[in-house]
Amino acid sequence: MTHPAAVLRAPSRRRNLRRPWIGWLFIAPFGAIFLVFLVAPLAYAFYLSLFSKGLATGTIFAGAGNYIKAFTDPEFLSGIWFVIRFAVILIPIQMAVSLAAALVLDALTTRLSRFARLAIFVPYAIPAVVGTLMWGFLYSPTFGPLTDLFKVVNQSAPEILSSGNIFGGLMNIVVWQWAGYYMIIIYAALRGIDPSIYEAARIDGATPRQIALRIKVPMISSAMALILVFALIGTLQFFTEPQVLRPISNGSITSSFTPNIYAFDLAFRFSQFNYASTISFSLGIVVFIAVYIFLFASRKRRGGLS
Amino acid sequence: MTTITSPIKVRKKPNVAAHVFLVILIVYFLLPLWWLFVASTKDPQGLFTGTGGALWFDKNFNLLANIQELVTYKGGIYFRWLGNSALYSLLGGVGATVLAVLAGYGFAKFAFKGRDFSFAILLGSVMVPLTALVIPTFMLMSQLHLTNTIWAVILPSLLSPFGVYLMRVYAADAVPDELLDAARVDGSGELRTFFTVALPLMRPAVVTVLLLSVVGTWNNYFLPLAVLSDQNLYPVTVGLGGWQALAASNNGGGTSLYTLIVVGSLISIIPLVIAFLSLQKYWQGGLSLGALK
Repeated sequence: MTHPAAVLRAPSRRRNLRRPWIGWLFIAPFGAIFLVFLVAPLAYAFYLSLFSKGLATGTIFAGAGNYIKAFTDPEFLSGIWFVIRFAVILIPIQMAVSLAAALVLDALTTRLSRFARLAIFVPYAIPAVVGTLMWGFLYSPTFGPLTDLFKVVNQSAPEILSSGNIFGGLMNIVVWQWAGYYMIIIYAALRGIDPSIYEAARIDGATPRQIALRIKVPMISSAMALILVFALIGTLQFFTEPQVLRPISNGSITSSFTPNIYAFDLAFRFSQFNYASTISFSLGIVVFIAVYIFLFASRKRRGGLS
Repeated sequence: MTTITSPIKVRKKPNVAAHVFLVILIVYFLLPLWWLFVASTKDPQGLFTGTGGALWFDKNFNLLANIQELVTYKGGIYFRWLGNSALYSLLGGVGATVLAVLAGYGFAKFAFKGRDFSFAILLGSVMVPLTALVIPTFMLMSQLHLTNTIWAVILPSLLSPFGVYLMRVYAADAVPDELLDAARVDGSGELRTFFTVALPLMRPAVVTVLLLSVVGTWNNYFLPLAVLSDQNLYPVTVGLGGWQALAASNNGGGTSLYTLIVVGSLISIIPLVIAFLSLQKYWQGGLSLGALK
């Protein structure tokens, strides 16, 4: 498929190869920012993570000491464990909601469906801080509707921000915030499918449900893989929502609730910058490896197709 | 064409279920916004013990008075935050887009040594969680005495590896090499070719990347929270988060602060919601760019 284009492209390639610096010139501004704000912080964090600072000892070279400390630190490990559990439970629910919404919206072209598309997407345009504030108010027995709602059935409202319920409370906020964005990505991918395929399937006797599950879903697998990666990266670096809920959570969101909160507290409350760098760097590595494994596994599985 | 009657028959029943499903989704996704609007119209007493419950208006309609209080509270610091948010997201968003467009075009349309290698690094960097960079960035900036300035928020916001990836994918298809060659043969320089030939063809992707990076900077919380300590430099997200913590820490005393948080939240979401509603035709197609490859 690419061969005729490659032949046409050949002369320009040759011309550009004679002046290879032009390509670099276009990339240079971004490259500079990339070096200063991605490579340099990573390198600096790694450098800092190799030292430790004590009141009595001053700054001393610690080698892998901070990493050994981090990966045996129950607070860091509990944060990592929390975000992994959160990702494993949240992501399937989020994908199911956005996929179901996208499939329904793709099948309908009514005024209601157009309005629903916007309504579902709107939370994406709302800052996570504001979204969390709103849900925090809605969860509150004082401000929210729960107390009145449960009064009807003579029950007292559940404390959603208590340590037993906070997992679900946070999950609801994240689904609300992001499902619409994922839904739009899936919806656009569905719109990109040639409708004549559905016609052929219908003539062969496929029901709308079969068309949705056997034709549409497999054809948008690359869109699904993309949002899965987004969701995975986003969830593992969970920070804003629990941080904003923290003052009203009565202690159910601890200072090591997620790795990012832990790093933030270590740096800005306890001034342990070396150890905070270690935590940040370790989190980066954990996320990178998790996403890499996922991409590798999914590429292998779909290898026969692409 | 030949089966005009049967699909309608088949569809009629699921349509009801589908519409019910959509109504449930609409209620769920708009419920917090409805609450926010209703709560913004209440006075402090009404917010706590309103006559209409949490999801309906109180007997007093206090929206304008609340806005007025927001304007005067601490010398109108809220609107300063709103202005800061606009400044950061415009400079950060436009800057990130310019860099992404240039780099994406460079990657897509020029063959040079090290291109594939540097693009592989770029793809790998999409997987680096940007928040893991916040604390290292803060420490680097404090070495350079840049913390607590607007640049501490704007400069890191210029980094958008995913934007570069989107632009490359789009430019590779949307800008034909023959067109560029024709322009070069006519004696157009590389920069002029880029601006007059390539850029207009890349416009849909440019709008998408611009929207994504403006939203990203506008909604950012972790970075400004870490690098700013001067309240006058806060974006609206950090400001509202701070009010929330303050209101929660002195329970009863923070009563009137809650009305400010609520009406402040309402006002802060209006600009981006309007931007999205009015730019619909751009982002609806554009957001899926990465997925189609």
